[in-house]
Amino acid sequence: MADLRTDFIGIKSPNPFWLASAPPTDKKYNVERAFKAGWGGVVWKTLGEDPEIVNVNGPRYGAVHSNDRRLIALNNIELITDRPLEVNLREIAEVKKAFPDRAMVVSLMVPCEERNWTAIVKRVEETGCDGIELNFGCPHGMSERGMGSSVGQVPEYIEMVTRWCKAASRMPVIVKLTPNITDIRYPARAAKAGGADAVSLINTVSSIMSVDLDLFAPTPTIDGKGSHGGMCGPAVRPIALNMVAEIARDAATAGLPISGIGGVTTWKDAAEFIALGCGNVQVCTAAMTYGFKIVEEMIDGLSAYMDQKGFRSIEDFRGRAVPNVTDWQYLNLNYVTKARIDQDLCIKCGRCHIACEDTSHQAITHLVDGVRHFEVMDDECVGCNLCVNVCPVDNCITMVELTEGVDPRTGRPIHREYANWTTHPNNPAAANKVAAE
Amino acid sequence: MSSVLDALAAVPAGTDVAAGRLSPDQYAKNFADMHDPLSRHEAVVESDRCYFCYDPPCQKACPTSIDIPMFIRKIGTGNVDGAAETIFSANILGGMCARVCPTETLCEEACVRNTAEDQPVRIGLLQRYATDHYMESHDGYGARKAPTGKTVAVVGAGPAGLAAAHALAAEGHDVTVFEARPKAGGLNEHGIASYKTVNDFAQKEVDFVLSIGGVTLETGKALGRDIRLGDLRRSYDAVFLGLGLQAVNALGLEGEGMLGVEDAVSWIETLRQAPDKAMVPVGRRVVVIGGGMTAVDAAVQARKLGAEEVTMVYRRGQESMNASTYEQEVAQVNGVKLVTFAAPVALHGANGVVTGVEFERTRMGLSGKLEGTGERVLIPADQVMKAIGQVFVPGPVAGETAEAVALDKGRIVVDADGRTSLPKVWAGGDCVLGGEDLTVQAVEHGKIAARSIHAALMG
Ligand SMILES: Cc1cc2nc3c(=O)[nH]c(=O)nc-3n(C[C@H](O)[C@H](O)[C@H](O)COP(=O)(O)OP(=O)(O)OC[C@H]3O[C@@H](n4cnc5c(N)ncnc54)[C@H](O)[C@@H]3O)c2cc1C
Ligand SMILES: Cc1cc2nc3c(=O)[nH]c(=O)nc-3n(C[C@H](O)[C@H](O)[C@H](O)COP(=O)(O)O)c2cc1C
Ligand code: SF4
Ligand code: SF4
Ligand code: SF4
Repeated sequence: MADLRTDFIGIKSPNPFWLASAPPTDKKYNVERAFKAGWGGVVWKTLGEDPEIVNVNGPRYGAVHSNDRRLIALNNIELITDRPLEVNLREIAEVKKAFPDRAMVVSLMVPCEERNWTAIVKRVEETGCDGIELNFGCPHGMSERGMGSSVGQVPEYIEMVTRWCKAASRMPVIVKLTPNITDIRYPARAAKAGGADAVSLINTVSSIMSVDLDLFAPTPTIDGKGSHGGMCGPAVRPIALNMVAEIARDAATAGLPISGIGGVTTWKDAAEFIALGCGNVQVCTAAMTYGFKIVEEMIDGLSAYMDQKGFRSIEDFRGRAVPNVTDWQYLNLNYVTKARIDQDLCIKCGRCHIACEDTSHQAITHLVDGVRHFEVMDDECVGCNLCVNVCPVDNCITMVELTEGVDPRTGRPIHREYANWTTHPNNPAAANKVAAE
Repeated sequence: MSSVLDALAAVPAGTDVAAGRLSPDQYAKNFADMHDPLSRHEAVVESDRCYFCYDPPCQKACPTSIDIPMFIRKIGTGNVDGAAETIFSANILGGMCARVCPTETLCEEACVRNTAEDQPVRIGLLQRYATDHYMESHDGYGARKAPTGKTVAVVGAGPAGLAAAHALAAEGHDVTVFEARPKAGGLNEHGIASYKTVNDFAQKEVDFVLSIGGVTLETGKALGRDIRLGDLRRSYDAVFLGLGLQAVNALGLEGEGMLGVEDAVSWIETLRQAPDKAMVPVGRRVVVIGGGMTAVDAAVQARKLGAEEVTMVYRRGQESMNASTYEQEVAQVNGVKLVTFAAPVALHGANGVVTGVEFERTRMGLSGKLEGTGERVLIPADQVMKAIGQVFVPGPVAGETAEAVALDKGRIVVDADGRTSLPKVWAGGDCVLGGEDLTVQAVEHGKIAARSIHAALMG
């Protein structure tokens, strides 16, 4: 049996599945239920200063659904906790005492002044929690008051606040990053420079989920008006994975512990974040969609995968995919693939044909000798993978590497040695280099 | 044609054929809608299963070529009336077809989801969802173009005639529909199993189709009796014949005139027209002879009326039956007993009332021909229904030699556009050779002929 225990910046937990700072972690009742269900840790819903903030009293969530109402993405215009600080601190202490083996991290957001941060950090430390997470991510509401993502969007502020917090406490400090920036490496570097023990990402993505076509207002609509919210759930995972990878492979932040957040819904999603270097993952939407029980599937699936691969611990495969994330210019241009259709699996829907015919390279038949038949024409196929992605049957179309002979499309012989854009004759920069040598 | 009430009253004395076998609740339950219509939620979820195939196999398998992926996609995006318009533009009787088409041998059989997971997209139910939705808030479909001044006579107000009339009226021609029966609709009104078309849907649909305007419906007018083909050809610019099949094959056995021996189609017609199902007499033990859709419908409805024992007897094996596997299942689920490889050889009776049918066991001979084995079985019955195929009654169109349309194998010969051998005369539906004897096929014939007539009139 694989060992799922993790030690993330000195914070131990029985498994890498933490609940992200959000409604599931807003109070003792929920967190105790989560721990009983098996979650390895929580980041308590973000605390602020008294008087506690107020939330809207109308709808605060919006969503993107598939036709059968699967939740593809959720968004919210909720603020940080709306309960008094005192109550939260008391409950945090109680839960930590009752569940000493679970990770208890407390998320914080106060105005951008040293004394405010120092004051709250001191009080939080008294709860006996394991660490703090600085919420520089919330993209709505709090940001209008100079907090949340309005701090997270300015690397100098991140560094400054992180430094204050590190100075005020011996607790590990995690800096939670907002994805609503152009280059995630800058805030990550700033966090590191400020002394952060780790970064966690992503917080929610600024979004308008839909427009009500009767009211002509964004949803969720509050008395005829709507405001942008923060999007999360399965749809944001690709954004999160890319940002995690950017930080993991940036020389300036290499080795900085990362807690992966964004769309984690199954064990597989978690494994992907870990493969890109995350020491654990945080989950919000999946729990808010299905309840706490899903962690059982996550634990079981991850452990079965690790057993199958022979990984004894999370560390055995953490970061394994990082060296394989590269820049486009280093991709091997001599790697030639062609789509192959498994005729036994093909259900003859024709989607590959029409996708390739109308929008790509006219490389898939639809009739062969007058019979409905879908087959790839190697002399037209550029190997783009579109058909693979639109085919409704898993594994029916695969990309097969050509390892010898001639590419029937280009008429050029297959070379197996690696050659990328930097040396390609069509690259003006490469040509210059040759000329200069 | 005797009135429905006469037919209902004619319960043979001294036999076990009786009406009112069940409680009102049981009748209501037995003759309720065969399939519950999809709710909005079900329709949207089901629509998500459609892959929006290229050159869709389902559309090719639909005799009227409805753009199935397009209408399903419109359901999925909340444009349900738009979905119905996609359907009606190809098939004006899309509402009835959604209820009666054997989708398991048409569109749904071709659906690629069968290959994927043995479970086609439920096209028929989605079609019904869209058309029902549209018909709730629209009196009709399509707008009539400016009048052309041309006139067309349509004979027979079944699916073929109605589809032709609608398409011709839409083009601006003036159409007169002559229908022998008191009601329009053809077998939609008189033949289709009651549980497939509840709540008087057939008449609602007739009104929906005819509301386009430019169509005069003359019921109680039979070609050959009240009107003649020659006169129609002279008085109208074109004639469309959608006469259907008017008789049922005889068994060719002695005693077919005995009380209790029925023609399944007429019996179903009586049932369909009965103001109350409790008024329809049915035997305690019923034998239905035949292996097609009509046989299944008669057998199932006999059970639903409270017959204790219903046996469907077919002379060949189950795989040769015209009734689809799905229909055979419907029969089985309703407690119909199926006997195969048995051919009727004698009708037994007493005092002019049938008491049973004697069958000879059959087998496939070495030459591949069906042959008797000599073994005989007697199945006792209070009521025997003949459902061994319907036939076209050619009299009205083949009577006057000079004006006769050419027939082959007892049906009207037409070309690909529905033209008969007589100039100015088109035909379609069950009465022509080479059809499949399905509602949807009749609609397509009417549609094609109307297109050809329009081209001829305007050319
Ligand atoms: C019992 C039964 C069940 C069936 N079930 C199904 C089913 O579930 N699904 C399916 O797809 N198909 C079914 N069918 C077949 C389907 O009903 C027919 O294929 C379809 O109705 C044919 O349409 P039509 O317009 O050609 O003829 P019909 O529907 O027969 O209409 C012909 C019309 O012409 C009128 N007419 C006839 N002669 C004259 C005349 N001389 N003058 C004036 N009018 C005349 C008739 O009164 C009738 O109204 C069933 C058939 C039967 C008998
Ligand atoms: C309703 C809601 C409230 C949230 N509140 C907070 C918060 O108070 N502090 C915080 O750091 N993140 C907050 N988040 C963001 C989540 O912690 C998490 O970063 C984000 O939802 C992405 O993860 P997911 O895709 O698993 O949901 C909130 C998310 C949701 C849906
Ligand atoms: S890989 Fe691209 S070019 Fe090749 S067949 Fe598929 S869609 Fe067409
Ligand atoms: S998309 Fe896939 S299943 Fe559909 S025709 Fe192409 S290969 Fe076959
Ligand atoms: S074959 Fe099935 S999946 Fe394909 S378009 Fe038709 S209904 Fe949709």
